[in-house]
Amino acid sequence: MADLETFRAETRAWLEANCPPEMREPIRDDDDVCWGGRGVKFKNEAQKLWLERMGAKGWTVPEWPSAYGGGGLSREEAKVLSEEMRRIKARSALSSFGIWMLGPALLKYGNEAQKLEHLPKIARGEIRWCQGYSEPGAGSDLASLRTSAEDKGDHYLVNGSKVWTSYADKADWIFCLVRTDPAAPKHLGISFLLFDMASEGVSTSPIKLISGSSPFCQTFFDNVKVPKENLMGVPGKGWDIAKYLLTHERDMIGGSDSTGGGQRDSVSNIAKRLIGLDAAILADTALRTDIARHEINALAFGLTMERVLAETKSGQGTGALSSMLKYYGTELNKERMELLMSIRGSDGLVWEGEEKGEGDLARSWLRSRANSIEGGTSEVQLNIIAKRVLDLPGA
Amino acid sequence: MPLILTDDQQMIRDSAEGFFKDEAPVSQHRSLRDSKDAAGFSRDVWAKMAEMGFAGVLVPEAHGGADMGHVAAGIILEAMGKNLSAAPMLSTAVLGATALKQGTAEQQAKYLPLIAQGAHLLALAADEAARHKPNHVATTAAPSGNGFKLNGVKGFVLDGAAADTLIVAARTGGDVGDTAGITLFLVNPKSDGVSVDRRSMVDSRGAARVTLADVQVDGADVLGGVGEGFAILEKMLDAGRACLAAEMLGVSGTSFTMTVDYIKQREQFGQKIGSFQALQHRAAHLFCEVELARSATLKALQALDECSDRTPMYVSLAKAKAGEVAILASNEGVQMHGGIGMTDEYDIGFFMKRARAAQETFGDAAFHSDRIARTLGY
Repeated sequence: MADLETFRAETRAWLEANCPPEMREPIRDDDDVCWGGRGVKFKNEAQKLWLERMGAKGWTVPEWPSAYGGGGLSREEAKVLSEEMRRIKARSALSSFGIWMLGPALLKYGNEAQKLEHLPKIARGEIRWCQGYSEPGAGSDLASLRTSAEDKGDHYLVNGSKVWTSYADKADWIFCLVRTDPAAPKHLGISFLLFDMASEGVSTSPIKLISGSSPFCQTFFDNVKVPKENLMGVPGKGWDIAKYLLTHERDMIGGSDSTGGGQRDSVSNIAKRLIGLDAAILADTALRTDIARHEINALAFGLTMERVLAETKSGQGTGALSSMLKYYGTELNKERMELLMSIRGSDGLVWEGEEKGEGDLARSWLRSRANSIEGGTSEVQLNIIAKRVLDLPGA
Repeated sequence: MPLILTDDQQMIRDSAEGFFKDEAPVSQHRSLRDSKDAAGFSRDVWAKMAEMGFAGVLVPEAHGGADMGHVAAGIILEAMGKNLSAAPMLSTAVLGATALKQGTAEQQAKYLPLIAQGAHLLALAADEAARHKPNHVATTAAPSGNGFKLNGVKGFVLDGAAADTLIVAARTGGDVGDTAGITLFLVNPKSDGVSVDRRSMVDSRGAARVTLADVQVDGADVLGGVGEGFAILEKMLDAGRACLAAEMLGVSGTSFTMTVDYIKQREQFGQKIGSFQALQHRAAHLFCEVELARSATLKALQALDECSDRTPMYVSLAKAKAGEVAILASNEGVQMHGGIGMTDEYDIGFFMKRARAAQETFGDAAFHSDRIARTLGY
C-alpha cells in the first residue's frame, strides 16, 4: 500500500511537470483527439509533446509489458495513473484501434517477433491501425467472408473487399480477416492477417451515411502481396481471434453509449430545460411518462454494468454478458436519441442553420441508428444469448 | 459497497433457497389454495422460518432478532418468490419490524421479540383507495378518553385476517391527501368495533377489508408522534416495496427457467420449439430484463441498509423495474407454454397471478415511475 502511495506521489509530480496545460482542456473538436500514425497532423505542439512524453513512458498503454513499449504497471498502479490523470482533467494522449483492439489480440495470439515489431509502434502512436472485418457480402454472417489470401510460397496474395473499415483512408496498417482455405468449413478456413495499407493494390473509398460524412470506408484489395510472417496465430484459426476481438468491441460500443458514465446530461434534465415545469411536473405529461420509463431502464442498465463489473472482479462472474450489455446498451441509446428528438420537436429537425451546432442533434440521432447494427446487430446478440447463455437448441 | 452479495449473504441465499424448496414449494401453495386455508399460509412453515432467523431478519439482536439487514430480507423474499411460498414474511417480518423499530422502548420490548419468535403477526391497514396512494387517508382518529376513537374502512390489508395486531393509519389532522396529520395506531383486531373480512385474492393470498367503527385506542398505542405517522409509513412501505421487488425477481426467475426448460423439450413441426428464432429472441430479451431487475433490486436493498438519501429513488426504481419484468416474464411464460400454460394443473399460471398481485401491492410501475420523476425533479 505504501508503494502505491509513493507511486501516486511520483505520478502526480510527473503529470504536473509533463502534461501541457492545453492538454488539460476539455475536448471540443474532432482534431483535439490524437490518433497518431505516419501521417499524423498534430493540432499544436502541446498535443505532439504530450504523445511523445506519454509514449516514451509507455503510459499510453499502462498495463502492457515494458518489453513491448508498455508501462509495465500493475492493475492497481494503472488505476492510480488513471485517477491522477482524471484529477488534472488530462486528455488521453492517444486514441487508437491498435490499443483498444489489435493490441490485446496481439498479446494473446501474436508471436514474439510480431509483438516486438508492432506493439511498441502502437504504444508510441507511430502506426495507426484499421480493422478489416465486414464485407459487402458478409455482414451479420461474418464467417462467410470471401476476401482470399492465396498461399504463393513466400507470400499471400490478397484479393477482395472490406466494408465499414473505420478510418481506412487514414490508417497505416490493417488487421484483416481473410480466407486462406476455401475448401474448409466456413469458420475453419479463416486466418488473421496484418499488412501495410501502403502495399500495392490497396485502395479505399469513403462512405457517406444517412447522418452525413463518416469515418467509414470501403477498402479494396487487388493482388496485394503480404509476407507470410504477417499471419497472426495459426492458419485457419483466425475466427477464434475474430470472436475474441468482437467481444472487446461489443464492450466498447455497449459501454460507451449507454450510461454515459455520468458525463452526459440525463434526458429528464434536458427536458426540464427545454420544456419546463408546471407545478413541479414536466409541462408535457405524456412525454414525461415516456422519459421516466426510459430513465428507469437507463438507471437499471447502469447498475447492471456496475454489478457485472463487480461480479467479474470478485470471480462471481455470470459470464457471456457482453452480448447483453451490447444489445441493451445500444437499444437504450437509440431510445434516448428518439426522446431527445421528441423533446426538441421541430427544432430537432434542423439540418443546417446559421448557428454552430445546429443540425448536430439530427445527425447524432441518425448516427445512433447504427449502434444496434455495428459490432454485431441486436438480433445477432440475441442469437448469441439464446445459444451460449440459455443453451437453446440450434435450428 | 460493491453491487454484489457478500460471502455471508451468499450463504443466506443458499440456505433460504434450500429451505423454501423443501418446506414451502409450489405444491404447498396449491394445496393451501385447494383447501381454502383460512390464513393462506402454513403456520408450521412460519414457525420454522422463525427458527431459521427469517422472521427476525430485521429485528435487532438486543430484541432476539437475527438483524441481518434488508439485503438478507430480500434474499429470503426472492427465494419465497421462486417457490411461491406464502408466509407473513412481508407483513410481519418486514413491515411490522420496520414499524416497531420506530416505536417507544416499551413498544419495542413488547413486540420485537415476539416478531422474531414468529409468535405475533402484524398487518398494515393503510390503503383506502384501490390504487395505492399512501397519503389518501380518510379514516379519522378523534381524541377520546385517554386516547383516540377510530372510524373508517381499510382495503387490501395483507394477512389482515391472521394478524394479532393491526397497524392502522388514521388522520388526526389535515385533509385527505395531506401527508401531515397522519398517525399510526397499534390496534387489536379483537377490539370492539373492528371487523375484519378476509377476501381471498387472485394469488390465493389473504387480504382483508377492515372496518373501524368507533374503535377506542389507548394513547400508549400510538406508534411514533401524533400527526407524524407518514414518515414511518413511508419507511415501512419502502422496506416492503424493495422486498416485494425481490419476491417478484424470484417469480420472474422461476417463470423464466420453467419457460426456457419447456421450450427445450416441447416439439412441434418436428423440432424443439426452442430452436425457433421467434422464441429465442424473446427468451434472450427476457434474460436481459431479469438481469436489470436484479441489479435494481440489489441496489435498493443495499440503499436501505446504508440508510442512503437516495433510498426512495432506488426503491421505486426496483419496484417499477422488477414489477414490469415479473409481469413480462410470467406472461411470456404462459404464452410460450401455449395451451398447457392456461391449465390450472400446470404451475406457470400461479406465477402470473402472484406477479399481478405483487405488482399492485404498494404501488405499481406507473406509481413508481411517477415517484422517480418527482424525486428527480420533473
